Amino acid sequence: MTNLKDAGVVAFMALLLFGPFLGVQLADGESNNLVLLPRPEMLGIAVGLTFIARFGFLLWHDHRPPMPGLAKLTIPVQKSGKYAAPALLVFAVLMPIIPGIANSYVDLGVLIMTYVMLGWGLNIVVGLAGLLDLGYVAFYAVGAYAYGLLNQYFGMSFWECLPLCGILAAAWGIFLGFPVLRLRGDYLAIVTLAFGEIIRLVITNWVALTGGPNGIDGIPHPSLFGLTFSMAGGPGTFAGFFGLTPSPHQRTAYLYYIILALALLTNWVTLRLRRQPLGRAWEALREDEIACRSLGINVRNTKLSAFAIGAMFGGFAGCFFATREGFISPDSFTFIESATVLAIVVLGGAGSQLGVVLAAVVMIGVPEMLQSLQVYRMLIFGLALVVIMIVRPRGFISTRRPTISLGKARVIGADMLSEGKG
Amino acid sequence: MAYALQQLINGITLGMIYGLIAVGYTMVYGIIGMINFAHGDVFMIGAFIGIIVLTALTGITSVPLGILAALILSAALCGVYGFSIERVAYRPLRGSFRLAPLISAIGMSILLENYVQTSQGALERAIPSPFPGGITLMNENGFIVQLSWMQVAITLVTLVTLAAFTWLVTRTPLGRAMRAVEQDAKMAALLGIDTNRTISTTFVIGSALAAVAGVMFLLYYGVIDFYIGFNAGIKAFTAAVLGGIGSLPGAVLGGLLIGLIEAFWSGYATVAYKDVAVYSILAIVLMFMPTGLLGRNEVEKV
Repeated sequence: MTNLKDAGVVAFMALLLFGPFLGVQLADGESNNLVLLPRPEMLGIAVGLTFIARFGFLLWHDHRPPMPGLAKLTIPVQKSGKYAAPALLVFAVLMPIIPGIANSYVDLGVLIMTYVMLGWGLNIVVGLAGLLDLGYVAFYAVGAYAYGLLNQYFGMSFWECLPLCGILAAAWGIFLGFPVLRLRGDYLAIVTLAFGEIIRLVITNWVALTGGPNGIDGIPHPSLFGLTFSMAGGPGTFAGFFGLTPSPHQRTAYLYYIILALALLTNWVTLRLRRQPLGRAWEALREDEIACRSLGINVRNTKLSAFAIGAMFGGFAGCFFATREGFISPDSFTFIESATVLAIVVLGGAGSQLGVVLAAVVMIGVPEMLQSLQVYRMLIFGLALVVIMIVRPRGFISTRRPTISLGKARVIGADMLSEGKG
Repeated sequence: MAYALQQLINGITLGMIYGLIAVGYTMVYGIIGMINFAHGDVFMIGAFIGIIVLTALTGITSVPLGILAALILSAALCGVYGFSIERVAYRPLRGSFRLAPLISAIGMSILLENYVQTSQGALERAIPSPFPGGITLMNENGFIVQLSWMQVAITLVTLVTLAAFTWLVTRTPLGRAMRAVEQDAKMAALLGIDTNRTISTTFVIGSALAAVAGVMFLLYYGVIDFYIGFNAGIKAFTAAVLGGIGSLPGAVLGGLLIGLIEAFWSGYATVAYKDVAVYSILAIVLMFMPTGLLGRNEVEKV
């Protein structure tokens, strides 16, 4: 009975919430004015569904079987992590050469890998150094435009530009990092967001250099030691050199291996740095800035290095994005990109490398699979963010193995860390 | 001179709207310490409810009455939105680690934007200005400085709303409870204040203010779409941070400053770079005053 009443109250709230939006629709009238078209059936369905969902949830809540403790659940996850990571790696390496795999899946793999790399890059800033960065897409944009412009004006190739993109993005990371050294928490978040928007707005408005909203077209794809992946075949192409029939699959697989190598480089650098003084300083900074100062850690250099290295990988990823798409425009570098990458890091369990991979597969792979639902794709994406956060606020992988410990290394719960505070 | 005066008038009107939204950001930040990213979208929802009510009442009531009804209904329904958002997306995460509510809020923002887009369409919706005309203040060599009736109305409604809000926060038991929870939630709970209810009320009030701002935005510009919440939200959040987040007068001051910067930059430099100017000034102010203009400097204890 109480359940019914509760569900009734929720349904009434739903009626108020959905009333103006589902109950009526704005439409253009005959004499160039707006009219309202009523659609009560839609409102009825929505409110009815809310009632049933709430009632069902309450019933389930009352009668659900006792859940195994979270601590018990996380230990097998942690243990399987030891095998899951190499298994995933083997799968990732072999994926494009599985016989008969559709080109679209490899392409999806490229997309997911790009976000894995971005996630790992941002993880350095947010997960390790604990600096909340809402404008990470700025460095992605710097990398993409660096390649696009260097190619357009100086005809430089992808492989010549790749290191330059990383260096330029890192320089921007330091340049934008300087003013925000003193800021903490949400002040830092809003200023990084502002920088991300500034870079996008400058790209949009500096039409003479960047082409403005029209973007840069015709960016060449990368070559393999001078062999191109042209569909025409013949001498000088990959297919011609190896005597194969040209197919789009070869190019996609090549792109896939480039981004896989870049992503693994990011991961390797992060894992190595975590064992070195710099990485330990980052983690110490995340936990307590004042203690760091007291112990003589140079907070300024530590923060700037986190920004610079995170930005560098963002720049690499941007460069790759430009060469993959062949076309870049400011629309690809909106705040929603930053939010997606940050969501991947947090959903994975900030600081966890394997978590980022899982989160990227879920966040990027699943919406791509839902292409048929076009209009509702982003709606579901937003809803999923909320639901996943409520169910697993600490992300998919919520345990950590401290990089250094007294005596035997033990796994701790992520609630003992303080990510994103600084 | 005349041109500057006109920009001043435009800037203040715009600043009033930003200020109203910024108050909602700063209240929520003050009381639970999170960035409510969905607040800008509540503003957008408010504008949409406004346009729906105005369309429904066209020809039935007089214009001022219709606008009053739009303001009240929009504020009430947005209050329900604010309440539900807090209940569904933020309350389960209270006391969890810091980034979880932020991601949840970003998700909520994406959800609301796409909810309006799918239910009302992605097209821009326009209404004619309800009070055309205004007062001519000055005529300098043919350049007419005009204070439109709409600008007067926006300023008046904003001032009345802010006055009512200030009274609520400073003079009523509810306001006292809100300030107590803001200072120390645990202590307030020990003293018998229902913290959950107080936080819900904060969301309801903040959302109602955003709804008022949304309806004003609709009446001032006459054109809205599902995406207006993002830009206005970011600007208002910038205003709240500029004024010192957590400070209510700071939010209004920040809003006015942002509005003025935008108006004068558009008037004297380039319109294209007005947002760049706003964000740059935010960065510069925060470099020298890391807690904003009126923010309290928190001493961190070890």
